Amino acid sequence: MSIHPNIKKIRADFPILETSVRGKPLIYLDNAATTQKPRQVIERIQKYYQEENANIHRGVHYLSERATIAYENTRKKVQKFIGAESPKEIVFTRGTTEGINLVAQTFGRLRVKAGDQILISEMEHHSNIVPWQLLCEQVGATLNVIPFDFKGELMEAEFDRQIERYAENIKLIALTHVSNALGTINPVERLIQKAHAEEIPVLLDGAQAVPHLPVDVKKLDCDFYVFSAHKIYGPTGVGVLYAKKQWLEEMPPYQGGGDMISSVTFKKTTYNEVPYKFEAGTPNIEGVIALEAALDYVSSLGLEKIAAHEMALLKQLEQAVQADAKLKEFVRPVGTAKEKAAVYSFTLGDIHPHDAGTILDRMGIAVRGGHHCAQPVMDHFGIPGTLRASFAVYNTPEEVNALVTGLHQVLEVFK
Amino acid sequence: MIQDDLKDLYQEMIVDHSRHPRNCRKIEHPTCAAAGNNPLCGDQLTLYVQLEGDRIRDLSFEGKGCAISMASASMMTEYLKNRTKQEALNHFEKFHQLVTEDGSASTLSDSDLELLGKLRVFSGVSEFPSRVKCASLAWHTLVNALRGNGEIATTESGTEVVASGQGDHS
Repeated sequence: MSIHPNIKKIRADFPILETSVRGKPLIYLDNAATTQKPRQVIERIQKYYQEENANIHRGVHYLSERATIAYENTRKKVQKFIGAESPKEIVFTRGTTEGINLVAQTFGRLRVKAGDQILISEMEHHSNIVPWQLLCEQVGATLNVIPFDFKGELMEAEFDRQIERYAENIKLIALTHVSNALGTINPVERLIQKAHAEEIPVLLDGAQAVPHLPVDVKKLDCDFYVFSAHKIYGPTGVGVLYAKKQWLEEMPPYQGGGDMISSVTFKKTTYNEVPYKFEAGTPNIEGVIALEAALDYVSSLGLEKIAAHEMALLKQLEQAVQADAKLKEFVRPVGTAKEKAAVYSFTLGDIHPHDAGTILDRMGIAVRGGHHCAQPVMDHFGIPGTLRASFAVYNTPEEVNALVTGLHQVLEVFK
Repeated sequence: MIQDDLKDLYQEMIVDHSRHPRNCRKIEHPTCAAAGNNPLCGDQLTLYVQLEGDRIRDLSFEGKGCAISMASASMMTEYLKNRTKQEALNHFEKFHQLVTEDGSASTLSDSDLELLGKLRVFSGVSEFPSRVKCASLAWHTLVNALRGNGEIATTESGTEVVASGQGDHS
């Protein structure tokens, strides 16, 4: 765990960090919501529009070919980044949410019938709850939930019990790799092995994992893996669905339209091959292309170094709270799993997280306050929400100190 | 020491009312009542109104939420007691302007501001668009209660009026 050696240079890559907020320098600690974008990503989008803009996969002209090559190069880059077998297993989506909805409405409609079950956990983001509720309503299936304990760790014994008892009925397990509200890193490799022993496929929500830890889908052996570009220094509106090729072949299309077909007549349409079968319509071309720049940027810094940097900041904050009598009295961390990402979720006495968030904002500090789209997690602890500081590679020890000062100010206002 | 610029929104009066809300109780047989809900913060409150003719004789609330929403409900109940329904609706308009219009561009006249009295402590909210709903929740709920044709709008009767999703588009 150590601060990235190039931190000064890294900060200079992110133009937005020069912003002043109400006269104070911006301290951006809401990285689990979205990360800021480096110049390399911003400039890549500009380059696309200035030099390559054309529709992909159809034109025979120069620009279209260039755009198509750049778009497909990203697919190969993503494949390597997450260790997929083939670029054909990479489907571009609008984001994690769309990836999960896609699987629910294609794999789900194909495989899940009345009386079947979908298994999720209590720590899921709403985007890994609601698509399954919709599916269950449509087909008459049941959604079952594995609880977590007081630390925010998944109750694995309950997981074991459920898959043993309902092995026949559970048609899919959908789990978060890293919890956005608690920071818990789930032991997904082991859980997948157990699920596969019962022949149950597994989807992982990797939105909070891919930016912070090396992911190898082949090693994990997950059936589906979804994440968003914007949480890994890329643009909004782009996401990735990885699926094992056998599933993509078997699944019906998600949306109909251009690009997802190989021939259309009014009598019959033949679908395009995978992954294009799942990419109807003109996609977010500049976003996909800029995702390649984002992944290159992350690779140039080294994902392990990024993670070590973020963990160093988390430890610094945890120790600062422990060493400070006043903060120790009021700060209650929510989510204290042993395996944890650089997310610090906490309550501050009985001060509402939005009040604390507004006061911190006044000091230029951006943290998230609220339920983090994970209301069941808040209900578990009987709180309306938490404050959450989440770190990225451009954050500094000085910013952690500023947050500590900020928390003192919040307590002072409400003393 | 609190930095000076932190005081403009969380003034002592707001903190005090949020810590010790006034008129935070149930009225047993209200003329009208309504429930309000701000899903963003999880603010929830129920407002009770006792009318005598056209005049608000008693006004109270119960609920939980952020400091801005609780202080706003508390101060509104103090402010509107013994005013008429029409006055309450007019003052809602002024209050809404206060919390949504940027100070320098405010269209409120000096006499409007004088009329709002203590409620002017909420003017700092206009700098934080995400918090406007917190400040105006109690007021929206009151309007729903008063426009409910005098019927008791409660969860029990199944005609709950929920103030969420009210426009704060400005």
